[in-house]
Amino acid sequence: MATKQDVKVLGWSASPFVARVRIALNLKGIEYEFLNEDLGRKSDLLLKSNPVYKKVPVLIHGEKPVCESLLIVQYIDEVWAASGLPILPADAYDRAVARFWAAYIDDKLPNQAPVLLGEADEPTKAEATQHMFAALQQLEEVFEKCSEGKSFFGGNTIGYVDITLGSYLGWMKAMEKIAGIKLLDEEKIPQLVKWAERFCSSDAVKEVIPQVDQFVEFSKVLQAAFKAAASPSN
Amino acid sequence: MAIENEVKLIGIWSSGFVTRVMIALNLKGVEYEFLPEDLSSKSELLLKSNPVYKQVPVLIHGGKSVCESLVIVQYIDQVWASSGPCILPADPYDRASVRFWAAYVHDKLTSQIRVLILKEDEKSKAEAEEQLFTALLLLEEAFVKCSKGKSFFGGDSIDLVDITLGSCINWLKAMEIITGTKFLDKTKTPRLAEWAERFCSAEAAKEVLPEAEKLVEYIKFLRAGNRAAAVSSSK
Repeated sequence: MATKQDVKVLGWSASPFVARVRIALNLKGIEYEFLNEDLGRKSDLLLKSNPVYKKVPVLIHGEKPVCESLLIVQYIDEVWAASGLPILPADAYDRAVARFWAAYIDDKLPNQAPVLLGEADEPTKAEATQHMFAALQQLEEVFEKCSEGKSFFGGNTIGYVDITLGSYLGWMKAMEKIAGIKLLDEEKIPQLVKWAERFCSSDAVKEVIPQVDQFVEFSKVLQAAFKAAASPSN
Repeated sequence: MAIENEVKLIGIWSSGFVTRVMIALNLKGVEYEFLPEDLSSKSELLLKSNPVYKQVPVLIHGGKSVCESLVIVQYIDQVWASSGPCILPADPYDRASVRFWAAYVHDKLTSQIRVLILKEDEKSKAEAEEQLFTALLLLEEAFVKCSKGKSFFGGDSIDLVDITLGSCINWLKAMEIITGTKFLDKTKTPRLAEWAERFCSAEAAKEVLPEAEKLVEYIKFLRAGNRAAAVSSSK
């Protein structure tokens, strides 16, 4: 059995990508040590563990690093297959569908973050908001189809798509406050709004995603992180 | 073949993303029907099978559609697990490593190749070339580590990284012909250059990799279309 020292997560509490890893570990009941990174000054451990991207999250399991949030989630699901419930479905086609929608979410949502969590003029914010709405509208339909009347995209329990989308909920609530927009609108996306409440209050998630005020405090750091990520020298 | 086992692939001859799927199907010895698509006039089948992106490749297996090249290749590896070599290794850590490098190639190489093809200004092209060279140098190191002295990233057999990077080879050769810059350079990345020759002559790949000379013509056609679109959108 993995001891707390065997499993470390290098991360930063306001990152949705880090949240994914912590949620997956919680779902599997795995204890881990959380090493908080200072984004302004990356640790030697981070630079050594993720020399290619120099980014969080990194999972270090028995001293071997695993990088890229969705790859880490799949790793956790495979290594601790006997613990907790499966994160990805067993069936090949269902698995492909889950991977497709996770890739869609990562394709559509994070691009809007630098605008909606930062400073931008009204037309730019309006365009980013439109893109977010379009994606969320699509995901409302996906939820209806995938959940088959159950609580999560994954069915009765949190699955891969739930983790991928749910990890952005902190940012989405922060976007609502910072940009003054309503994303989680009960009238437009009623099922997703209810899903979001269920997700955020579940045991595996509730301690992981910070409160909105913390995100707003973090927004200046986030803006710097976005600018750094956008620069080609990274 | 029974309907529930029928395999069809919607694609175009030139797309590296489509090539990935064809190589995976070949590795597994899966027979399939290739449905060539005209992207300027998309078929009902494509629009119905990939309503979100309306793009190729789309694999249709037993009437169900699977989209996104790397998702499709992993699907093929899982469904036909008992046929041919493993495209992903069994060990979770090794799988994570293979997925990492495949994603790296997908993120870093294909986007820079696209810039080199479509951008005309010297600054964008110079930046793209620099990023490409940096990525290839890193992949040279990755190859040494992953191959452990054997022929492919996957060792004795072709794996997901081989497939993802291999589908870029002839695009790089086409850009070499057009620009005169050598990308797969024996003096800079000797192992990768040798690997590329082995990959291009591998059974699963040799019939399906689009020829570099044909890609050169195709790139000229894409660039002309791009210029026309730029002119008409600036009116």
